[in-house]
Amino acid sequence: MAENGGSRNGGPILEARGVSKYFGHVVALEDITMDVRAGEVLCLLGDNGAGKSTLIKTFSGVHKPDKGTMLVDGEETVFNSPHDAIERGIATVFQDLAMIPLSGIARNFFLGREPKKGKGPLQRYDAAFADRVTRSELEKIGIELRDTSQPVSTLSGGERQCVAIARAVYFGAKVLILDEPTSALGVRQASIVLRYIDQTRAAGIGVIFITHNVHHAYLIGDRFTVLERGRNTGTVAHDEITTEQLEKRMAGGKELARLEAEFKRGAKEIRVPAHPS
Amino acid sequence: MAATQTPEAARPPGHQAARVRRVGTLRAWLTRPELAAVAGCVLVWLFFAAVASDSGFLSQGGTASYLEVAAQVGIVGVPVAMLMIAGEFDLSVGSMVGAAGMIIAISTAEYGWPLWAGIVAAFVVAALVGLFNGYIVVKTGLPSFIVTLGMLFALSGATIGLSRLLTDRTQISMYPGDLEGFLHSLFAGKIGPYPASIAWWLGLAVVATYVLQKTVFGNWVFGAGGDKYAARNVGVPVARVKILTFVATATSAALLATIQVLDAGSADVIRGQLLELQAIAAAVIGGVLLTGGYGSVIGALFGALIFGMVQQGIFFTGVDTDWFKLFVGAMILLAVLFNNLIRKRAAEAH
Ligand SMILES: Nc1ncnc2c1ncn2[C@@H]1O[C@H](COP(=O)(O)OP(=O)(O)OP(=O)(O)O)[C@@H](O)[C@H]1O
Ligand SMILES: [Mg+2]
Repeated sequence: MAENGGSRNGGPILEARGVSKYFGHVVALEDITMDVRAGEVLCLLGDNGAGKSTLIKTFSGVHKPDKGTMLVDGEETVFNSPHDAIERGIATVFQDLAMIPLSGIARNFFLGREPKKGKGPLQRYDAAFADRVTRSELEKIGIELRDTSQPVSTLSGGERQCVAIARAVYFGAKVLILDEPTSALGVRQASIVLRYIDQTRAAGIGVIFITHNVHHAYLIGDRFTVLERGRNTGTVAHDEITTEQLEKRMAGGKELARLEAEFKRGAKEIRVPAHPS
Repeated sequence: MAATQTPEAARPPGHQAARVRRVGTLRAWLTRPELAAVAGCVLVWLFFAAVASDSGFLSQGGTASYLEVAAQVGIVGVPVAMLMIAGEFDLSVGSMVGAAGMIIAISTAEYGWPLWAGIVAAFVVAALVGLFNGYIVVKTGLPSFIVTLGMLFALSGATIGLSRLLTDRTQISMYPGDLEGFLHSLFAGKIGPYPASIAWWLGLAVVATYVLQKTVFGNWVFGAGGDKYAARNVGVPVARVKILTFVATATSAALLATIQVLDAGSADVIRGQLLELQAIAAAVIGGVLLTGGYGSVIGALFGALIFGMVQQGIFFTGVDTDWFKLFVGAMILLAVLFNNLIRKRAAEAH
């Protein structure tokens, strides 16, 4: 496994300073400043359309910011493509996981970064190496494979998520960005993924964890950044906030309060008749 | 399948294996994409061996004749299968065969070019057509079905128009001196009763299988066809992979045209018509998924073989060859149904 740069208590590995992103007249991001350090889990929270995906696409080189700068290890950096970001150790596990369902697990693990053997025109894909590494990397996280050539589609959602994370870690990610990795999973599968995120953090990697689930966030997060309509409403540390407070902040506390009041007031009108006429 | 760790990590060794179901080699083999085509081949061969054995289907000449038909479909079918695995179609290969044949015949017989130069010209034009197809598909994001459908008509129209303009004819005979010598035996010679095209077909299938299974490029082909966004996000040069595969299908059409022109001694603008559909049929019978990302070239090889056996087998039985297409149509449907089953098993079983 490749080494991970930065120390747990060092400066930020990845930082956004005053980043704005516009799509025509839609303000997707406005003046976002945030960072992630080695060995921490930073949770990125926010309502639908808050700009979370846009922000991580900016971190991963899919979008270029219209304003502001990105810094990697304190150094100003411009990503021209997802490839540039990967090169700098910023790995993103998109929600679609970037996997080919009908291809084998080992081939997926190494897709785009295939091991090679032989020279010149006889250079070829090193299937034995790919199988060996895939098997041992997945064993580390408790996934035992009978056959590394079985299609990815035979894995469960949580296992697939873990394979995608394991791949990013194996290829030397310093920062791991996860876009809603637990949102489609049941409790058991989600706990597998959360446990693995914890392991990843312990290995000194900075994790940006996007989620709608405050409970998942609170379980694993060291700090929480809440976006609202493209703006950063602030970052708080785990011991400065409770789950309830976080929930309110995230859903826009006013919204929930209003809903609560509405339901209390209109309880009678809302009730569904027992026997439709 | 996979077993996942639970908190009570101190389980006896071998416990995890309880969730790992043993899957025998037989079962693994039963989920191969080319299974239907191989089984179909055996069945079709047995069928015609039974009903047409006394009319020469089993003779060396009979075998050579269906292998030759299979080779004609397969030479283009093999790269077409690869392109379909990469997630794209090429409907212009048939027109490309007609165009490449006319380029060779006109340049050599009408303008006196040496044969090698005519062949090189055909390959260069084909490569450019492939580049154009690929570039337009990749840059515009339009379905390749539409882009190459346009190319099918445009290329065939240009071939007829230019041939009339330059020679006043749509059929050109080769210069007799070009129908002998090294190049002729390379492309249209015989190995015993078997035409060279069969060797080209098998050779191409071996090379394409090697590329798909053993090289990095092959992994990219599956990636590009399986999910182009996912593949791009992990660094696969999807555009390059697709464009190169389009070049491969177009140049395979030039290869087939070279073989046909040297074998028949003439070129005709309508050569290759419907070949695009035959090639797709061979690939589909061979287990290639229409939406890309799955399949094998060996399957397409057997798909082409079924094509050849059915066409020649019907001829040998003496049944009106009008029935050929009905038979092929039924084969395609059956094979696709069967392939669908196999793919479901591959994706879910284990
Ligand atoms: N490519 C685009 N073109 C135009 N508008 C866009 C584009 N991408 C995002 N937007 C807009 O930017 C805003 C932020 O979207 P974004 O996808 O970042 O939200 P999100 O926080 O990820 O939401 P969700 O929780 O629903 O995934 C939305 O109003 C969205 O419509
Ligand atoms: Mg989103």
